[in-house]
Amino acid sequence: MAASGRSSVRAISLLAQGEPMVWLSAFGLVMGLVMVTSLVVLVFWQGLTTFWPAPVVEITTRDGAVVMGEVTRSETFRPEPSLVAGLDAEAQEAARAEMARRDGRLHRRLVRTGNFELTGEHFRWVEDFGVSPEGETRPAWAIVYERRAWGRFYGTPAGFVAGDSLIATDPQEIWNLYRRHRHDDDAGEFAIRTATAAGQVKDIALNDIVRAYPANRLSLAEKAGLYLGRWWEFLTAEPREANSEGGVFPAIFGTVLMTLGMTILVVPFGVMSALYLREYAKQGWLTSVVRISINNLAGVPSIVFGVFGLGFFSYFLGGGIDALFFADKLPNPTFGTGGIMWASLTLALLTLPVVIVATEEALSAVPDSMREGSFACGATRWQTIRRVVLPRSLPGIMTGAILAMARGAGEVAPLMLVGAVKLAPDLPLDLHFPFLHPERSFMHLGFHIYDLGFQSQNSEAAKPMVFTTTLLLMGIVLFLNAAAIMLRTRLARKYTGSRF
Amino acid sequence: MNAPEFQRNIPADSTSPAASDRLAAIASGQVVPADIHAEVRAEDPLIRVEKFNLSYGAKQVLFDVDLPIPRGKVTALIGPSGCGKSTLLRSVNRMNDLIDTVSVSGGIRLTEDDVYGRGVDVIELRRRMGMVFQKSNPFPMSIRENVVYALRINGERNRRVLDSVCEKALRGAALWDEVKDRLDESALGMSGGQQQRLCIARAIAAEPEVLLMDEPCSALDPIATTKVEELILHLRGDYTVLIVTHNMQQASRVSDYTAFMYLGQVVEYGPTVRLFTNPHLKETEDYITGRFG
Ligand SMILES: Nc1ncnc2c1ncn2[C@@H]1O[C@H](COP(=O)(O)OP(=O)(O)OP(=O)(O)O)[C@@H](O)[C@H]1O
Ligand SMILES: [Mg+2]
Repeated sequence: MAASGRSSVRAISLLAQGEPMVWLSAFGLVMGLVMVTSLVVLVFWQGLTTFWPAPVVEITTRDGAVVMGEVTRSETFRPEPSLVAGLDAEAQEAARAEMARRDGRLHRRLVRTGNFELTGEHFRWVEDFGVSPEGETRPAWAIVYERRAWGRFYGTPAGFVAGDSLIATDPQEIWNLYRRHRHDDDAGEFAIRTATAAGQVKDIALNDIVRAYPANRLSLAEKAGLYLGRWWEFLTAEPREANSEGGVFPAIFGTVLMTLGMTILVVPFGVMSALYLREYAKQGWLTSVVRISINNLAGVPSIVFGVFGLGFFSYFLGGGIDALFFADKLPNPTFGTGGIMWASLTLALLTLPVVIVATEEALSAVPDSMREGSFACGATRWQTIRRVVLPRSLPGIMTGAILAMARGAGEVAPLMLVGAVKLAPDLPLDLHFPFLHPERSFMHLGFHIYDLGFQSQNSEAAKPMVFTTTLLLMGIVLFLNAAAIMLRTRLARKYTGSRF
Repeated sequence: MNAPEFQRNIPADSTSPAASDRLAAIASGQVVPADIHAEVRAEDPLIRVEKFNLSYGAKQVLFDVDLPIPRGKVTALIGPSGCGKSTLLRSVNRMNDLIDTVSVSGGIRLTEDDVYGRGVDVIELRRRMGMVFQKSNPFPMSIRENVVYALRINGERNRRVLDSVCEKALRGAALWDEVKDRLDESALGMSGGQQQRLCIARAIAAEPEVLLMDEPCSALDPIATTKVEELILHLRGDYTVLIVTHNMQQASRVSDYTAFMYLGQVVEYGPTVRLFTNPHLKETEDYITGRFG
């Protein structure tokens, strides 16, 4: 009996049983989750660890060179045969031994050596086999300087210079003097004479130093303080060194302002369009065509909106405004070029379909019985919309606004055409009349990421900043969304009686 | 009341087809004049439905309806499902205007005003009537704002006026004691029965001349139903009430006059007591006693 029962089950097709589909869809979900999670984990890990101070190592290689710096990453690689063959006997032996151990591969580390003005490089690869035996130390007084120009500097303090005289040579003393004088008005009079690992000496003026610390002497608390200080700088300061150092405050500001501006522009427009389509227009083929067009608009590549924004808003409208009101400044454009207002408008256009579709859905979810009740009380159509239909559909409209915001905050391509720049001299909102400067170009986190990752001259140094900036952008989008969702929940509680 | 001249099956002044054929004649598409009792004719009508026809697109659902609705009385509309009771009710305050396909002919008068006349202000017209729907439809706002909605849209701002109207209407709808402590809470958090009574309060808040009720108790429990019926009895005299109901007991309890409709036509219309004890037509009796069909 049991056996025959089982065979009859087996006779049913695999698909008809349903079980495989459960597994297949579960697999799809898991794959999606894994990908999203790994992205988030990568961004978080890289973004969060970038600012943690690494120890400084001093490495003596077999050929006698000495490099000092922070290890930024390491990898194994398969060497060209010629590389090993070209080595001297000792190194060759070490390399072969390592290759035997590592399955034909070699290990190497990328050391951030800084001192660009002396060496002409920021980073150097150090192969493990090239390190002379006992050639790696962590010098107690190795100091990391973050400078206003030329990138980082690594070295040990050799003296403290005040004006023309050398007033200290003991590292601890030098350090104390540095800490005493670094915030002085005449900090430029003082300098730390620093010896590099290669034996060169350079005086680093105190007012060139953004931050200096003896990396190998830091306690955990000091490291944490340094870490937070770097985050603070990142969030509040202006960028330095072609954006690869310093902060991203102007970009945060630009992103938030642009996104809010876009939301303020798109929501009324979208809601009005949807209201007309759903509440006023006679439903027929014309409204269907309009709806289809709106949905198609959502599928147009965003760069096309950028081109439109540049052509229509910047050149046509902006050019017109310039000709009328800013003729004295021509040929320098005021509004006739990219600016935060044009960027907000362009993105508003881009996200309009999202808002219209969401609002229409929300409106059609309002039961007709409510409208009838209102009409029966003697309300006009507009009164019905304003007092009954809109409040009831507000949560749905908010959802549309949130979606639009999320979409707009993450959009980069069109912004490159209509106002996002690598480095904006002024914020679009400041304390000078008229406070809001809609014509100004602005920095944007998304564009900043692109600029750091792909346009930077010192791309190794900029790479970690890509992750911190990405983390920040994600955080901001998340924050904006969370705020909007909270608002929506409160409204929903108020107007629909449903509680989440 | 039980005068002998009102014998069943003996229409006094019948020029219509033989009684037993009426429903068959209506079903075959003929327009059969309604049997309207003399008492109805003797009343002072607030609303006069005259030769009223209504179609949804090509489908006609009301045929030459003649229905004088006495002032200050409760009139019930009964009849099988789909016979056009709701449609007739919605025609009185022109709610059918909201449906694109509707076309009408004939007329409805509210006192001397032609409801379907040219240049009639529909908004103004609807403000003179309150309507209660079969399914409760509170608005997404507080209980207080729901009740005073009609006044609000009329521009009333005075808080004291609004509060007193609100209390009066809620008391009238037998809801005041239940909600007086939570007037500012959302109306959507109330029970179904409370919501329906709220809709009644909303309909009477602006003191309309006419109250139109479409099966107002079909979703209510017996206690709430009793309250609403008491309310209707209470309103009689001040208001003219037109109520659609499927509940024969209810019709007999609350109404002064009853009209029996069938497939878009009024069959018999007279004092409720007459209609329920001693109708002119056998069809009416069959329907009322449940022998219909
Ligand atoms: N919006 C509409 N469009 C087309 N036909 C309609 C519409 N509303 C009602 N009808 C039709 O009109 C006829 C009368 O409907 P109505 O709702 O007036 O009946 P009713 O007597 O109220 O029935 P019930 O007792 O079930 O509520 C029905 O045949 C119905 O199908
Ligand atoms: Mg009905």
